[in-house]
Amino acid sequence: MSGRGDRCFELTAAGAAAAAIATLGALALLLLVYSWPSIARYGLSFFTTTDWDPVAERFGAAHFVYGTVATSIVALLLATPVGVGAALFIGEYAPLRLAEPVSFVVELLAVIPSIVYGLWGFFVLAPFMRSSVEPALRDSVGQVPIVGTLFSGPIVGKDLLVAGVILAIMILPTVTAISREVLRAVPDTQREGMLALGATKWEAIRHAVLPYARGGIAGALGLGLARALGETMAVTMVVGNSSSRITGSLFTPGYTMSSAIANQFTEAAKAIHFAALVEVALVLLLVATIINLFARLLVSRFASGPVGA
Amino acid sequence: MAAVSGALVARRPLSQALPGELRRRMVDRIAMSLIASTALLGCAVLLFVVSYVVVRGAPAIDVAFFTEGPKPYGEEGGGVLPAIVGTLSMLLLASAIAIPAGLGTAIYLSEFGRGAFAHAVRFALDLLAGMPSIVIGVFVWSLLVRQVIGRFSGIAGAVALAIIMIPIVSRTVEEILRLVPDALREGSLALGVPRWRTIVGVVLPTARAGVITGVMLSLARAGGETAPLLLTALGNQFLSFDLTSPIASLPVQIYNYAVAPYEDWHTKAWGSALVLVSVIGCLSLVTRIATRRARL
Repeated sequence: MSGRGDRCFELTAAGAAAAAIATLGALALLLLVYSWPSIARYGLSFFTTTDWDPVAERFGAAHFVYGTVATSIVALLLATPVGVGAALFIGEYAPLRLAEPVSFVVELLAVIPSIVYGLWGFFVLAPFMRSSVEPALRDSVGQVPIVGTLFSGPIVGKDLLVAGVILAIMILPTVTAISREVLRAVPDTQREGMLALGATKWEAIRHAVLPYARGGIAGALGLGLARALGETMAVTMVVGNSSSRITGSLFTPGYTMSSAIANQFTEAAKAIHFAALVEVALVLLLVATIINLFARLLVSRFASGPVGA
Repeated sequence: MAAVSGALVARRPLSQALPGELRRRMVDRIAMSLIASTALLGCAVLLFVVSYVVVRGAPAIDVAFFTEGPKPYGEEGGGVLPAIVGTLSMLLLASAIAIPAGLGTAIYLSEFGRGAFAHAVRFALDLLAGMPSIVIGVFVWSLLVRQVIGRFSGIAGAVALAIIMIPIVSRTVEEILRLVPDALREGSLALGVPRWRTIVGVVLPTARAGVITGVMLSLARAGGETAPLLLTALGNQFLSFDLTSPIASLPVQIYNYAVAPYEDWHTKAWGSALVLVSVIGCLSLVTRIATRRARL
């Protein structure tokens, strides 16, 4: 009698578990089905052209992809030193009674909803970037040949650079928390060996801790990158959502893949426009998933236990 | 490990420094200050964002803010009651879906799951957890808005939120269930209690605090989601309890108010952000303190 009850119970639980797989399968399948008209019609030109014209039914999403890549790279460049630095401070330098609150505060950054970052970016960060940071960048780094093109052109204040800065703030807690886990997994013998040879603390970190933790930290950055790629609301509010050109300058107002979906989805009238937007979502899904898996692999090879992203 | 170094490594006085040692010690100091300042920067950013939300949001908060609907264009006053009602009712429905599903998954993984199927489930949960929320929005749109229901609706919004909550609930709860000592299970089974009653009557109650933590964390996450709601629940200016039609939500309201050209609406957006951040902040603070105090 109890055997039957047990079997029923196990089957119910297994059913709930199977629902997760079913959801994922349905998700991938439906996105593929709905984007098929666009995939069949535009093929590879979807990724090589920047002509996004719903009226003429021409869809090329290269500039969306470019916007996503550019903002994510800016975010990683800014968040890496700060995130890894904060993790080093928490793990290597700070006494416990300081490390706890600092890591707690940095992790709270992950709790603030995307839309609140968007609001803050829209009213505080973007005007500040327009009036102070971007003119300064243009007048200094902007004068250097080649690199300077990144910081050239008219300044509007809603552009790829501002979106990158917002993203950097948003992925900071991910990078910090996971780097800290990784650093925690570095055996103390690594540090003690260096220190016993007379190395300074920084030399021990530089030559024994960081090289050992390299793979895991790369994984932490990968998880941050995956978060940056898919982030929508905060980016939508500060990225500008206008230009269809790909220029070398980070001061160009642009689109990212996710901001294009958020902006146009409810306004799209034609079936092919929907299909094109769903194709963008499908690409986003694939890229985010691949990076996520790769990063998880790197981190889990390093720090045991589940990884909180 | 932090305490090991500095304290134990005796330093030679500077007057007897070896060649190059001065430079090395200076580099060490500089590196330490840089690293400390990055941590400081991280904390400062949070302080900066939160203080702006508080300072600019506080003036919007009054009684009408919680009890009235939005006023028409150009008219001052009013509140965000429809958005609060919408967010709460969607979260309620999302919890009704995500809590049983997440609990069931967690129980399966920790109590029964072995082999390829359990691996596949964990893999699927990992992928779902890392999925950009806008992609989940597009999925629910193509399933419910386009097909089953046929229009933007609160139900679609709730389903999107549930898909976001399920991986969080199941992963947190699974971890907690694994911490329940096997002796408790064995004791119960030895008394002749069937396995399912052991799980429901002994294992789950022992892990009660952890289960609540998982649910709270998932609510904190889902409550702030905007992008999927934009594609599913859409939004609504009026007070509505009808989940089969478009319904307002706090995050979408913030977005609409922020990008509109009215000063009063901007204040309302900051006010709504303050409400959202306070509620979500409290949820996560409470759960974090609770989990820190006791693992079970």
